[in-house]
Amino acid sequence: MSFYNFFYYIGRYFILMRRVVSKPDDSKQFFANVSREIVVIGYNSISIVAIISFFMGAVLTLQTAYNMTNPLYPDYLIGLGTRDSIFLEFSSTIVGLILAGKVGSNIASEIGTMRVTQQIDALEIMGVNSANFLILPKVTAAICTFPVLCIVSMIVGISGGWAAGELSGEVPTSQFVYGIQYMFIPYYILYSLIKITVFGVIITSISSYFGYFTDGGALEVGRSSTKAVVNSTLVILIFNLILTSVLL
Amino acid sequence: MIEVQHISKSFKDVKVLDDICAIFQEGKVNFTIGKSGSGKTVLLKSIVGLHEIDEGKILFHNRDFTHMDLKQRKEIRKEIGMVFQGGALFDSATLEENVMFPLKMFSSMTYDECRERANFCLQRVQVINKNHLYPAEISGGMQKRVAIARAIALNPKYLFCDEPNSGLDPITSIVIDNLIKEIILEFNITAVINTHDMNSVMEIADNIIFINQGKKWWQGNKEEIWRTDNAELNDLIFASELTKKLKKFYI
Repeated sequence: MSFYNFFYYIGRYFILMRRVVSKPDDSKQFFANVSREIVVIGYNSISIVAIISFFMGAVLTLQTAYNMTNPLYPDYLIGLGTRDSIFLEFSSTIVGLILAGKVGSNIASEIGTMRVTQQIDALEIMGVNSANFLILPKVTAAICTFPVLCIVSMIVGISGGWAAGELSGEVPTSQFVYGIQYMFIPYYILYSLIKITVFGVIITSISSYFGYFTDGGALEVGRSSTKAVVNSTLVILIFNLILTSVLL
Repeated sequence: MIEVQHISKSFKDVKVLDDICAIFQEGKVNFTIGKSGSGKTVLLKSIVGLHEIDEGKILFHNRDFTHMDLKQRKEIRKEIGMVFQGGALFDSATLEENVMFPLKMFSSMTYDECRERANFCLQRVQVINKNHLYPAEISGGMQKRVAIARAIALNPKYLFCDEPNSGLDPITSIVIDNLIKEIILEFNITAVINTHDMNSVMEIADNIIFINQGKKWWQGNKEEIWRTDNAELNDLIFASELTKKLKKFYI
């Protein structure tokens, strides 16, 4: 991709976003769309987030225990390590990456299909701001639901860690519970929630962008979907670095 | 009346519309005909503002659509109904919700009034007792009829149809043609229709514009089309042996 193309796509993204953040044509319809998107983007992602977080927490506990075989290290450090890893990185960044795959591809293919079947043209002809109508509810729903998914991930991840520690006999419950309470910094939760909210905006807006500018037929819808996931993932990783250096 | 003045449109280096001037008469069925790739759809989309033109003017009742800002265009677009080639119905909405959509967005009607109007429009296009179905559950011909119902829901002044008969059998095509003609007369709508279907042209056209290689080559009515000496138009209209024989017989 040439520099010219890079700036062309960036410029087109911001022009689209300017249309997205305008006042909705009909507030009733907007809230109805947000409610629908909360179910599609948030509610329907709970199970995948919970399953992945449980196993992630379990593996983290076992790996931390494996690296702390020295008798000088107290057992509760396993709980502490699991907690900090989950709170600082896994529940925001890894869950963000998972949602980029699940939610991002869904959004890009939905909007892309609407583009190639002229449903977006139909909205424009009616005088509807199609960018605002289709994208703003998704971004709003992500802002509302992603922090909830992050909290679910934290709770389930810690539970997974505890279950793995207890069942494997690597760390007793009392030590694990002491570890997750030890030197607890509540700001870590806020930091994680800020990150996942930013990732939510990134995932929904970038995926919508690729869907909105789909040109061609069914094959291009698939390509847009892939581009949406790849680009969302890259931008999440870049913003993860930026937010970590700014917020911590 | 819709007036198109010297409009041109290019995509990259390819000139798709070249200095087209045309008048689409008020309350009439205006057809644009031409071969595939001649620029008909681009012309239609340019008139409604889905493509920005490079040069020229488009006037809706002497209102210059080309130089309007988004807010002013939005007002004009509320007077426009459009039927797309594939229907372009919203997949996630039922037929009734599809027709109610423009009413809910742009009218001051209550929910019940919107529903009543949507049902009237659906009945008008002979889609009865199918309100609860989704677009994927009905035939192509019925999808076109629902698209017409949605297009007329807000009582538009202008109706644009892009290949309304494509993919339909001859009988359903005639049903759609007659429906469009009846609706245009009933509500005094100015219609612009793109088509390849010469049966439709001969049945319901009041005014015909022939586009070839991005230029306007001919304009007239369905009586004049029989006697035209325009070679390219004759090649298009009388392409088959049957139509050639028919022309000889008619003249």
